[in-house]
Amino acid sequence: MTSKSLKVTIERGAAAKSAQHVFHVPAHESQTVLDVVSWIQQYADPTLSYRFACRVGMCGSCAMMVNGVPRWTCRTHVSKVLEGNAITIGPLRNLPTIKDLVVDMDPFFEKWIAAEGMHHGGLTREDPIAPVDEKSAARLEANAGIECINCSVCYAACDTVAGNPEYLGPAALQRAWTLLNDAKDEGRNAILDAVSGKGGCQNCHSMGSCTAYCPYELDPMSAIAGLKRETTKSFFNRVRGC
Amino acid sequence: MRAARGIASRAHPLWLAYVLHRLSGVGLAVFLPFHFWVLATATTAPKRLDAFLAMTEASAVKLAECGLVFLLAVHMFGGLRLMALEWLPWRPSQKSLAAGAAATSFLIAALFLLKAV
Repeated sequence: MTSKSLKVTIERGAAAKSAQHVFHVPAHESQTVLDVVSWIQQYADPTLSYRFACRVGMCGSCAMMVNGVPRWTCRTHVSKVLEGNAITIGPLRNLPTIKDLVVDMDPFFEKWIAAEGMHHGGLTREDPIAPVDEKSAARLEANAGIECINCSVCYAACDTVAGNPEYLGPAALQRAWTLLNDAKDEGRNAILDAVSGKGGCQNCHSMGSCTAYCPYELDPMSAIAGLKRETTKSFFNRVRGC
Repeated sequence: MRAARGIASRAHPLWLAYVLHRLSGVGLAVFLPFHFWVLATATTAPKRLDAFLAMTEASAVKLAECGLVFLLAVHMFGGLRLMALEWLPWRPSQKSLAAGAAATSFLIAALFLLKAV
């Protein structure tokens, strides 16, 4: 432990911009942003609400805005984001704030469902297990997105989501693209219908913030580009009556 | 001010390429009606057109033309980048494409400027 302290500004609640509380937190080596928030809650202000679970970058529950950028706080070292000696932490963008640093994830998961981001099985337990070609192009596309932990960092980073509340968002669309390429999923038409609607993939402006800030270094922007191609092909096939 | 700081903190090369593409599009949309109006004076008011063309010898107008060519170039290459990104199933380094588009645009604008002065 060192004698240095960090100047931490917490933007609290729905009126986060007008409710800024400053705390001075002891600086440590190898300190994460989540460590800082936990210290404040345990030693300075027990009323501070925030959300976390695993602390090892797997559960996707601790994402917050750190100096204006959405990040998974449990794996973000303070030393990497410190501006001088200060750091500003706020609730995730583009989601309703429940209290302090806790946001309501319902819209995020509702859009996940709206994009048909669930398995569409066609077999029963009596059927033999369908073989999966691990080297097929479709499987590689599916594999590219399956590590998503639903942290909503991409959703908070997306300016299209900010401007269009109906837009399904990068995570839900990437899930749809994964399922579209999954040989075991039989919901192709349902997925294409879901992602070609009013809030669908064609709303994406390819700004790339989802890909730039994904903590797992996934590439939702390319997944959405894949959906754009498939929905367009599907449209012309329907026009031609194929 | 805070919103501007938030935007600046989230900015990254692809996002900047997006902004540049949109702003150049708006710039061209504002310019084109004026451009067509000037062309129309060839038939409606030839003397006014001659007077206007004489103005193009001024350095300030040449500089503005340079900016215009930059807008055209950046919008064209930005559009090509976007189409490649979305319609070709590539997995390239998109940042490199964006940087290449911007660099080429600068090159064309600079060549135009060198030729003009």
